Amino acid sequence: MALANSAIAAAPRVGRLGSHVWLRFGVRRLGRLLVSLWVLVTASFLMIHLIPGDPVRAALGPTAPAALVAAKREEMGLDDPILVQYWHYLQGLFTGDLGTSMISQLPVSDVISQRLPATLALALLAFVFAVAVAVPLGVTMGVLTRRGHGRRTELAFTTSSVVLGIIPDFVIAVVLVYVFGVSLEWLPVAGNDTPSAYVLPVLALAIGPAAILSRIIRVEMVSVLDADFVRTARAKRLPKRTIYLGHALPNALTASLTIGGLILSAMVAGTVLVENVFAWPGLGSTIVSSILNKDYQVVQAIVLVYGVGVLLVNTLVDVALALLDPRSMIRED
Amino acid sequence: MRRLKSVIRTPVGLTATILTVGVLLLAVVAPILWSDDADAIDTANILAGPSADHWAGTDNLGRDIFFRTLVATRLSVELALAATVIAVVIGLLLGTASFVLGRRSGRLVNAGVNIAVAFPGMLLALFFAVVFGVGATGAVFAIGLAGAPAMGRLTRTLVASVSSRDFVDAARVAGVGRVRILFRHVLPNISEPLVVNATIGAGGALLSFAGLSFLGLGVQQPSYDWGRLLFDGIGSIYVNPAAALAPGLAVVVAGLAFNLFGESVAKVLGVGVVAGIQLPSSAPAVETTSPVDVAHHDADDIVLDVRDLEVTFPGPAGPIRPVRGVSFAVRRGEAVGVVGESGSGKSLTALAVSRLVGDPGRVDASRLELLGHDLRAADSKALRKLLGTSLAMVFQDPMTSFNPTKRMGGQLAEVARHHQGMDRRSALARAVDRMRAVRITDPEHRAHQYPHEFSGGMRQRAMIGMGLMGSPALIVADEPTTALDVTVQQQVLDLLASIRAADDVALVLISHDVAVVGQVCDRVLVMYAGKIVEDLPAADLAGAARHPYTRALVAAVPDMDTDLDQPLAVIPGRPVDPADVPSGCAYAARCPLATDTCRAQEPPLETDSAGRRVACWHAGEPLPIEILDRELAEVDTP
Repeated sequence: MALANSAIAAAPRVGRLGSHVWLRFGVRRLGRLLVSLWVLVTASFLMIHLIPGDPVRAALGPTAPAALVAAKREEMGLDDPILVQYWHYLQGLFTGDLGTSMISQLPVSDVISQRLPATLALALLAFVFAVAVAVPLGVTMGVLTRRGHGRRTELAFTTSSVVLGIIPDFVIAVVLVYVFGVSLEWLPVAGNDTPSAYVLPVLALAIGPAAILSRIIRVEMVSVLDADFVRTARAKRLPKRTIYLGHALPNALTASLTIGGLILSAMVAGTVLVENVFAWPGLGSTIVSSILNKDYQVVQAIVLVYGVGVLLVNTLVDVALALLDPRSMIRED
Repeated sequence: MRRLKSVIRTPVGLTATILTVGVLLLAVVAPILWSDDADAIDTANILAGPSADHWAGTDNLGRDIFFRTLVATRLSVELALAATVIAVVIGLLLGTASFVLGRRSGRLVNAGVNIAVAFPGMLLALFFAVVFGVGATGAVFAIGLAGAPAMGRLTRTLVASVSSRDFVDAARVAGVGRVRILFRHVLPNISEPLVVNATIGAGGALLSFAGLSFLGLGVQQPSYDWGRLLFDGIGSIYVNPAAALAPGLAVVVAGLAFNLFGESVAKVLGVGVVAGIQLPSSAPAVETTSPVDVAHHDADDIVLDVRDLEVTFPGPAGPIRPVRGVSFAVRRGEAVGVVGESGSGKSLTALAVSRLVGDPGRVDASRLELLGHDLRAADSKALRKLLGTSLAMVFQDPMTSFNPTKRMGGQLAEVARHHQGMDRRSALARAVDRMRAVRITDPEHRAHQYPHEFSGGMRQRAMIGMGLMGSPALIVADEPTTALDVTVQQQVLDLLASIRAADDVALVLISHDVAVVGQVCDRVLVMYAGKIVEDLPAADLAGAARHPYTRALVAAVPDMDTDLDQPLAVIPGRPVDPADVPSGCAYAARCPLATDTCRAQEPPLETDSAGRRVACWHAGEPLPIEILDRELAEVDTP
């Protein structure tokens, strides 16, 4: 009877803990996000100061009159003490003032808002495509090749997904341009004017991540299908679909999400290369031309935007992980 | 060296090794052999497509793309290796920081590395490319620094795994300095995985470098690497696609080579060769076992009827049969225990009668019926419903038997939703009711919790509750108390007993624990080497068991009278390996009564007038130790 009593006493304590876990997870995750944001902002601020020599002179070229360079430095506040500049930079960020392009004289925030939608559309579509391909493919392969079944299928799948996963996105892009643009002339290879223009860039960006992700999901699926709780689900005589999708998949996904998150945040940066192949009017083509033109204010802002994108993806992945598997909230150190 | 040899024994490893050596060789010889061909300007063939003279066509100055691609190998590989060296060196500094600097400053470095690792390498490379400036040198530093955080984290993990080992502790106790320990004891022990990862990293650096050069941020004219060639080639892709495809192919081949080579070496150094390939199941004709007459009862009364049950798995040297012809029946409300050592086939028997033997196992039986329905039939919705509602399973380890990602209530409710057609709400209400029935306190609240919030005993009760979602006629419990605390075991057993008494549910209790079975069950089946060797009422276990194995099992259980000064009784010898069952009586090798007959001929399972069954040539004969006891007693009496 003592046992029964202690069980009753334990019940409310566990319950209280349940809500606290979410709160503590939220606070800790938010804290990490803020610290990372601070590091990112500081790094992007320091970027201009780390460049050897005078960034303004570099941007305006050796022939620019000294007075113009001095005026520009004055305007950008580059002669102020560094902490003052840092303070102004932070202030600017909070008011949406990212400075002015040294080349086009446009406000950088205008450049960003003009270019961001195209990049965002590309990245989101590629993400959706990669997941939409990888999850069903990985699950199917996992079911077909578990416990030593379908060894040939497994070999073919693993080999092709390894190879596809390693080929860099810009090479895939070049091949796609050659096959569908140059040889077959089916699809446009530049710009984003028509819906069909989205096909090749999205494919180029998504094929590699889809291959890697599906391989991870397969491996996880195979190991999850051997888990005790899947046997329990079978003992409940649930339909196969429910066992695979309802019981095995969420567990396979939690394990895949951690690595999957890294791949997806790499896609954010992957847009840079793909955009340059397809002359996509997004941030990626802008950052490259700005680096070459030494238009550092624009570069700084775009790096910041990419970084924020990556941090958001990482945070979303962690939240998704917590929703799928509440244990992940306590597992963190 | 021997381990490296086993790298080239796998087809992937061999391919990767050949490719890697090829790329490195090309990097050395190509510029020596073909520099002139690569720089020769052929004004007659500007931007020409592939031809016999120019296999991959020419560029806008009429230079041969094929030779340029070959020659570019050196610069591409050199720059990638240089970047990798930078990444490894800085990674080592970052990764060993907490070991050298001590905990506090180390933590700061680690936090920085953790944040940096979250950003993709390409983004870091762009950042550093801005700082270091456009050009090959800047790109080397950019890619090197971009790779450093990941290398640092890897180093930190490796250092942590080594630094807690005994020899490091010993050196520390001996007063050896930290830096000295690092170089003498830690680094030599992590060099292998570091080199492997650096190789894979070199592949990544090569691809990243091609990326930067392709963007125009890396190698600048007149120098050229593959990325630069690709950059120049894409502009003329409509005129000569080969100008873009050739360097693209080179990048892929080289990147793949380094990557796969590293992975292959890692596999060899790590886990070793993958275990034996499973052979297709080609079981020979099933040997006919003598049909055993199950003691006759009213057919209606029989819940489970099993005859000549066999479970076969494909093995490396022919099929393995862990269950070799098991026959028994379970009546309504009856509790039947199945005991035996691990490997006796008792758990597989339980899985087989509940249709849960998974691939690649195969179940054969001349009869396998639950409530009169043939369980050997093909899977159907009706059969699933029958099994889902009439047969309850309780597994050994309640910690792993629930889905960690789903709430408990939902996991129970599933049964009602799928088999009884209940909607979500009423299924959940039923689940709460069943949780209450298995004495889980505050079930409304508990139903919304996840398995990890339940204790082991509570989970096992929930598992039983899950079986009660339908209206089970039979509960199959496979070692239901083995994984639980001793104090909780009794609760679970009591629960099973009370359910049985209340609803006339039959119980098949699998256990290695004779005491548990004797306490809960009416009848006991003793299994050895995949067969039933004795079938007797539980009450007979203590005094009237006839098979020497059963008697040994009973003798091995310590009770209140056991003299604790004496060593506990054990059964000598080892259990039979299912892959290698001896001819004759399988127990003969361990049996004190064994004779030549036992070793030559397998004893049949014979039924006596009381319905008890035993398979032994010497059933009921006194064991030598008992004879000894009696003699001792006789000596004592006078």
